[in-house]
Amino acid sequence: MTPLLDVSGLTKRYGSRIGCRDVSLDLIPGEVLGIVGESGSGKTTGLNCIASHLSPDAGRITYRGHDLIAMPEPERRRLMRAEWAFVHQNPADGLRMNVTAGGNVGERLMESGARHYGNIRGAASAWLERVEIDPARIDDRPTTFSGGMRQRLQIARALVTNPRIVLMDEPTGGLDVSVQARLLDLLKKLVHDMGLAAIVVTHDMGVVRLMADRLIVMKDGQVVEQGLTDQVLDDPQDAYSQLLVSSVLPV
Amino acid sequence: MTPAVEVSAVAKGFTLHNQSGVQVNVLDDAKLTVAPGECVALGGASGSGKSTLLRLLAGNYLATEGSVRIAGTELVGAHPRTITALRRDTVGYVSQFLRVVPRVPAREVVAEPLLAAGTARDDAEAAAETLLARLNLPRPLWDLSPTTFSGGEQQRVNVARGFINAYPVLLLDEPTASLDAANRAVVLSMIEEAKARGAAIVGIFHDADARSSVCDRVVDVSAFTPADRR
Repeated sequence: MTPLLDVSGLTKRYGSRIGCRDVSLDLIPGEVLGIVGESGSGKTTGLNCIASHLSPDAGRITYRGHDLIAMPEPERRRLMRAEWAFVHQNPADGLRMNVTAGGNVGERLMESGARHYGNIRGAASAWLERVEIDPARIDDRPTTFSGGMRQRLQIARALVTNPRIVLMDEPTGGLDVSVQARLLDLLKKLVHDMGLAAIVVTHDMGVVRLMADRLIVMKDGQVVEQGLTDQVLDDPQDAYSQLLVSSVLPV
Repeated sequence: MTPAVEVSAVAKGFTLHNQSGVQVNVLDDAKLTVAPGECVALGGASGSGKSTLLRLLAGNYLATEGSVRIAGTELVGAHPRTITALRRDTVGYVSQFLRVVPRVPAREVVAEPLLAAGTARDDAEAAAETLLARLNLPRPLWDLSPTTFSGGEQQRVNVARGFINAYPVLLLDEPTASLDAANRAVVLSMIEEAKARGAAIVGIFHDADARSSVCDRVVDVSAFTPADRR
């Protein structure tokens, strides 16, 4: 199958320091790729380069045959707004906190061309329900929501436009364990039902075991191991992967 | 006829990089051939590599050398997507562990392999209910997450999940270990039915009666113990 996304040789330096070096990966429709590694391993830098939040110093990013790096900025923005979604660790980074829940979701629909107010409000309400937020809260601001609700609202805002690919940076980070399970279940279902391709960056081995088909382990900006998720977790080959897997505290 | 499972000249060792680089060799020159409709038990003492061999067949462990073929597909050196496809369409695995998102109800955990293979949700859930009923899992538990179930209940969920799709190859890791006599009999009859439809089965059965009732032969894995560990 032709990859939806094909990244090769991605390198990003911060001055003399390496953010990520020579990162290559690809993703087919419906596939979930996990990227793990400790803080500073380059996993978020890599994700931000792929998402065009950062401009890489070297490498290629090909999305559905388009060279994203060579593409003129307005065209890339248009393409990515229509077909990509990003879920931030901190919901406040992906939401407009002074806009109502319905507005947060509806705004994305308006950006993608929807004009009929009733339809937009109806779609926003349906999406709130889909992410298990009471539609009666549609006119409330996210500032009045709990952390778990804010994260679910961010997901509704990200996915309402029916993207093909979603990039997630620690989507369950900073949430209570009970809230994490609910979010994980929700994300798994949405990814499956919408046939999304996804990249999930996390330091949580439990999250990748349950969500990711394939896994990449990063250290010092480089990929040190990759493979089938359960194989990398149960039979890690690289010294650092072994350390990472064996360092998880049993509960 | 093409064997359903064909293992030849497989070696498996683990290099413990963070424990002074100790090399633990578990299997050497392992071989195994299983025909469709045949049930083979892996025998040998604890630590002889039965689970390691089963995990190699599931693509969960990487062979150090040799060849592992499942329904004609080579696993050694295969792209992860090849293994994913094999698990979706060809290989069912009943492990001793249940790893699920804590909020998902038992019915859905069991239905999941059918959903992944493209079956409609209603049909997949109906099939899951039929299996859970057959395995005598009390109906009120179907809506609950199996993470809170007893060992025997979790095992039945695992068995149902492994048998819900008519996979040509089944890998069973102690499928009857925590079950009472009645449920053990149900699982054994499910294994017999799978054999009758042509499934190739490789299993670990510590339960000698269960083993002798469903297995056609036993392969002693200690024959593959590397010379440095004998």
